[in-house]
Amino acid sequence: MLKTFPVGGVHPPENKFSVGKPIETLPLPKTVTIPAGQHIGAPTQVLVKRGDEVKVGQLIAKAGGFVSANIHSSVSGKVKKIDEVFDSSGYRKMSVIIDVEGDEWLEDIDKSDELKKEISLSKEEIVKKVSEMGIVGLGGATFPTHVKLSIPDGKKAEHLIINAVECEPYLTADHQLMMEKGEEIMVGISVLMKATDVSKAIIGIENNKPDAIEHLTKIAANYKGITVEALKVQYPQGGEKQLIKALINREVPSGGLPLDVGCVVQNVGTAFAVYEAIQKNKPLFERVVSVTGKNVSKPSNFMVRVGTSTDILIEAVGGLPSDSGKVVSGGPMMGKALSRTDVPITKGSSGVLIFKEEEAKREKMNPCIRCAKCVTVCPMGLEPYLLMTVTQSSDYERVENERALDCIECGSCSYTCPSTRPLLDYIRLGKGAVTKIIRQRNQK
Amino acid sequence: MNDVILYTIITLGGIGAVSAVILYFVAQKFKVFEDPRIDEVEEALPSANCGGCGYPGCRNFAEACVKTDDLSSLFCPVGGNETMSAVASALGQTVEAKEPQVAVLLCNGSSANRKRTSEFDSAANCTIAAATYGGDTDCTHGCLGLGECVDACGFDAMYMDPETGLPVVIEDMCTACGACVAACPKDLFQLRDKGKKSKRIYVACMNTDKGAPAKKACDVACIGCSKCFKECKFDAITMANNKAYIDYEACKLCRACVAVCPTGAIHEINFPARRVKPAKEAGEAKVAPKKPATEVEAKVDIVEKAKEATKATPNTEENTSKNENKNNEDKSSNEEK
Repeated sequence: MLKTFPVGGVHPPENKFSVGKPIETLPLPKTVTIPAGQHIGAPTQVLVKRGDEVKVGQLIAKAGGFVSANIHSSVSGKVKKIDEVFDSSGYRKMSVIIDVEGDEWLEDIDKSDELKKEISLSKEEIVKKVSEMGIVGLGGATFPTHVKLSIPDGKKAEHLIINAVECEPYLTADHQLMMEKGEEIMVGISVLMKATDVSKAIIGIENNKPDAIEHLTKIAANYKGITVEALKVQYPQGGEKQLIKALINREVPSGGLPLDVGCVVQNVGTAFAVYEAIQKNKPLFERVVSVTGKNVSKPSNFMVRVGTSTDILIEAVGGLPSDSGKVVSGGPMMGKALSRTDVPITKGSSGVLIFKEEEAKREKMNPCIRCAKCVTVCPMGLEPYLLMTVTQSSDYERVENERALDCIECGSCSYTCPSTRPLLDYIRLGKGAVTKIIRQRNQK
Repeated sequence: MNDVILYTIITLGGIGAVSAVILYFVAQKFKVFEDPRIDEVEEALPSANCGGCGYPGCRNFAEACVKTDDLSSLFCPVGGNETMSAVASALGQTVEAKEPQVAVLLCNGSSANRKRTSEFDSAANCTIAAATYGGDTDCTHGCLGLGECVDACGFDAMYMDPETGLPVVIEDMCTACGACVAACPKDLFQLRDKGKKSKRIYVACMNTDKGAPAKKACDVACIGCSKCFKECKFDAITMANNKAYIDYEACKLCRACVAVCPTGAIHEINFPARRVKPAKEAGEAKVAPKKPATEVEAKVDIVEKAKEATKATPNTEENTSKNENKNNEDKSSNEEK
């Protein structure tokens, strides 16, 4: 019996067309557009100006506070301009646009492929370096990693859980990374264990990746305290609260954090980035992106420098098919449809999905038929049909009482609704309104 | 049978009588004293319960009126000055008449002016659209056209114009309650004085991007060129965030700014039509004519207009124009019905 989370969940078709495709490095683009904000938290302060020469790995924007992250250049060249340009958020954001010249890296970055197992830094030094290197959660949320690793006084972490689930359909970036960089990931996990003072790390992998499970289990035998667990294929197995419940049977309290039950959860891609940062002095400026879709002629996994235009990735898989309806950044459940494809790949871009018109079109909304399918599938045990209705009535007191803030925005409800009601869209609206009200309440 | 009915009547009647007596005494004991003036004030209110006064419902507003010593901070936008003077007389107070206000939409990004660059197919709600992305055009500040404001209006004073894709405020029915102001996630509505003879001038644009991207996204965007600011003789215009802001209290409705605006972002409402100049071809830049002959023409034109206007409406400040206006471009737009 494979472990899984007990409440809710859906089983969308996996469509992992890019599975097994080796990670390809595309030729360097002619220009990159690096947004100054690629993380949750305070905005950064851009350090460079027009005309400056930069090298790969150079700090170009400084974190604007504790919950913030540094941004490093992914290319070498000259800063063309600093301007507000469109990014995947659909808004213009301050970005550093660099004309690429050559591929000159900062001297202290170790470019070799040699595996470096020994960890010479102390716990505090690791957290500090993770912060300096601009590491953020690569599962898609881009939460600054050093904040997660800074365990406040009075709390203790017992388990480090590595999220290698990749439960979203289509995406295979983490899967391919595990197959190609398994050893490095193990060292990265060891670094994270040292940083959080834990002796037990569990890597959770969904059962649709048997090769990865076998590969990592073999490698983990050589590392103290790291185990691999196969999990049932069910969306959203990769939700951290669901993962914690499945792996160690602990429930994060409503409004709480994993640390409240003694856990720190990190994405497997983040673990690899931490390895590169601590052992190779390499800041975060590139990541694996899956570019795929039913109609795509060459579904692939690319190692992409941050700031590369999404257009380039689409061209690399054979261009946009003529019957395309949507291009989605991220996964199909929680990702976001792009309003234009000339937006840059950022630290949070896990995938570029191309959907046909008929796949992508959202049907019009019909009345709620009280079938309760949304209630059945909600992994947090909420009542999506109710949250939508009370949000529409602007009854925000009720929205708060019905625990809308516990919603992890996984999209299972919208996916399931037979009346194609935009449940998640309205729940997000309700969450936003309630968050504003709570903030005003706390200010008084 | 008769006995049964008789006893039933007596028993139920008895219970009823006893209950009535108990209820009478309980009602007396737990009676809440309410100032009878609250009822009087409430009578004078429009009973719209719209919240425009800032209170939840007309009765709460009536209570606030009764409790306060100074009525000047309280105002019912729906009832307006008439209602407030009725309220004041019911309470034995006086209140100054306030300027009637109206809501204006600070955006003219219609389908004709602003090219659509994408299609939004999620829930038809402006707040949801604004949270998802910057909208289906390249202007991320403008109207999303999904009608949340129209839904919010409790006085049927708004409707979506299907041709322009923008909401329209029906001036005569707008009570300036503020519901649309609160509803719009882009903060495109402004409550402002209706103006003398309902005349008003405002910059119908909230685009704070630099001039080039703003103009590229929308033909009638404010590009922050400052021509209006330089033209205004009454210090009513401020430049900030790459755009112009007109202070309606300082504005003297002279329309000099409207004439110089190169994109037509400044709107004049309810003014008599100006004499139309020969139509320029589409795409020609709106440049000030530089030849002296034309300048002289311009001056004569304005003086003539001023004379005409003074004849029609004597003693009104806004009709005397002292400008040395170099540009004859007229933009007279009437969106409000």
